[in-house]
Amino acid sequence: MNESDSTPNPPSDIANVDGPIPTHETRGRTMREDGERILVLEAGRAEKNYWADLWAYRELFFILAWRDIAVQYKQTVIGAAWAIVRPLLTMLIFTIIFGRLAKLPSEGSVPYPIMVMVGMLPWFLMSTILSQASSSLVQNHNLVSKVYFPRLIVPSASAVVAIIDFAVALLVLAGMFLFFGFLPDWRFIFLPLFVVFAFLTALGPALLLASLNVKYRDFRFILPFIVQFGLYVSPVGFSSSVVPAQWRLLYSANPAVAVIDGFRWCLLGGEAEIFWPGFGLGVGMAVLFLWLGISTFRATEKTFADII
Amino acid sequence: MADDVLIRAEGLGKKYVIGHESTERYTSMRDVIARSARSFGRAAKDLVTGKPIYQGDRLEDFWALRDVSFEIRRGDVVGIVGRNGAGKSTLLKVLSRITEPTEGRVVIKGRVASLLEVGTGFHPELTGRENIYLNGAVLGMPRAEVRRKFDEIVAFANVEKFLDTPVKRYSSGMYVRLAFAVAAHLEPEILVVDEVLAVGDAEFQKKCLGKMEDVASNGRTVLFVSHNMSAVSSLCKSGMLLSNGRLDFTGSAEKVIERYAQATVEEYDVSFAPDRNKPSITRVTIDRQELMKHNLKLVLEFETPEPLRTPIGGIILRAMNGEPVWGSNGRFHPRTSEANGALNGRLICEASNLPLHPGHYLVSVWLSDWHTDHDAKVDHLSIAIGDDWVNSTRPSTSVIGYLDWPATWESVAC
Repeated sequence: MNESDSTPNPPSDIANVDGPIPTHETRGRTMREDGERILVLEAGRAEKNYWADLWAYRELFFILAWRDIAVQYKQTVIGAAWAIVRPLLTMLIFTIIFGRLAKLPSEGSVPYPIMVMVGMLPWFLMSTILSQASSSLVQNHNLVSKVYFPRLIVPSASAVVAIIDFAVALLVLAGMFLFFGFLPDWRFIFLPLFVVFAFLTALGPALLLASLNVKYRDFRFILPFIVQFGLYVSPVGFSSSVVPAQWRLLYSANPAVAVIDGFRWCLLGGEAEIFWPGFGLGVGMAVLFLWLGISTFRATEKTFADII
Repeated sequence: MADDVLIRAEGLGKKYVIGHESTERYTSMRDVIARSARSFGRAAKDLVTGKPIYQGDRLEDFWALRDVSFEIRRGDVVGIVGRNGAGKSTLLKVLSRITEPTEGRVVIKGRVASLLEVGTGFHPELTGRENIYLNGAVLGMPRAEVRRKFDEIVAFANVEKFLDTPVKRYSSGMYVRLAFAVAAHLEPEILVVDEVLAVGDAEFQKKCLGKMEDVASNGRTVLFVSHNMSAVSSLCKSGMLLSNGRLDFTGSAEKVIERYAQATVEEYDVSFAPDRNKPSITRVTIDRQELMKHNLKLVLEFETPEPLRTPIGGIILRAMNGEPVWGSNGRFHPRTSEANGALNGRLICEASNLPLHPGHYLVSVWLSDWHTDHDAKVDHLSIAIGDDWVNSTRPSTSVIGYLDWPATWESVAC
């Protein structure tokens, strides 16, 4: 497809209609007529081409993600430094509290700060996605109420900002690896896979909260609580192996446990073992939340412009 | 449907549910508890069933659009007119897929670009250059197309020097020019435009109207909502008049404008239910006959539970784009004080020979007790000043301003 015949605003929910629609010339430019396709707007009509539409609007997705990143780093003095300072300080505190005061064991021979930092990375990735994405629709209400696009773009694009912060924090981890003289083994090639897993794990609840937030603004008060609570419930400051065996499976119902265990398995050079039944349960929960998030979002999406 | 019909709407309706707080004369603890329990119960039920929560304890259906059917053919330039709240914006929102109709259906053939606001998605922290790409993407222009038209857009907006300045440092004129420039370079088959020309300076407005005329004369289909009747009559061939969510009239642009002017007559007399707890305005009337002669005679009736020591009224005349044009109140203009201490009363405002251009204006009134404001009714009345306001030789007030001060022109040959 060359530039001149790309149609950026393709109609979704396309139905076939009898008889061809003649193509026509507009200002010397041929508009692509998409064959015999027309757009029907009707109450409760399921949008068959939703996912195709989402793909057609990918440029908007990239530009919104870019905007969020550009804006985040534009007028901040510390900017990227914030992405370093926050996990670093939290890591320090957790090392002192859980490692020194409570004397909890690390994973094998891994230095405690590294174990905490490796758990901290996915945790901050997920919590940032959760808070960015869940408030994104309300923040972009001017877009939502004035233009059409698949609304799923807004929370997903704002979640991308979290990945940038994550990349910065990853550099900090690399620095710590050098400082402690500890190196991950071959397993670290699976890291991208676990980053995607963390992203999707957070996106499910984030979409759920985002759509609820449009309707009931009090969900924004609940969110900081969830994040705060989750930080201590999830094995961020300690290893999940300290959880008693009989409670281990129940504990794994929190999908963040699977994500953090996965990160430790992949970055701690074979010192951390994965509790597979628990990991399976965590993945299942993550998928369930993702499905719940997307279906709630899709069901309420059409009313966003009316109630935002 | 016929080949050249691009949009066909059949029995289109859009319903909103609005909540009311019922007013009770006496409030008792028991009532309050019972009522909040009731509304909490309903909220909880709505939460579970996934319905939005409404404030208030009585719900009412409000049809912003009802039973609207029309066909728009390729190359039509249609002006949509109607009073505030007539359903124009709702119609545009439905057509641009922002919101879903409650009943009926629309069939659209071709690519729709909607321009319901200039600068949608503009971010103050980003530079002009960045915002051009951002806004282009929001309006559905691919990057490649924006890049191709970039210079044209910048030239149209006349902001070359400030391309790399964050738009928060732009003057409001520059901001609007840039925003409109992006939108003006969209090339959809169907263009849906809400009142966006009521911004910017007169020269730029002319440029925008010129651009719109270009679009229209190129065989593009345009739907254009405006309060600016001269823009409607110069741009549009046909029109639709909406009132109270229904399609009142369709026809040529001139006919629709005429009809719109007649339909406005109703809003010279508005009554309001009194609020028992505080002083309130109960009725406002304006003498239509006097207005034709540019004289304003307004009567504001009020009711109050406690006597007002010094009842004072105020009036603000606003142009259709919301800009205040003239105002007066009893604090700084002469008043009499016969209603002091009364529970019911009238405040009568008279102003003769208002030097305003003929046209439509919105009237807001308020009531206060000396410096304590009690009640305000904003834009509830819509009036037409003068009797020759649909006069094609006069530019619209949004172009020429509102003050009508007679001048003479001598023509001298040298």
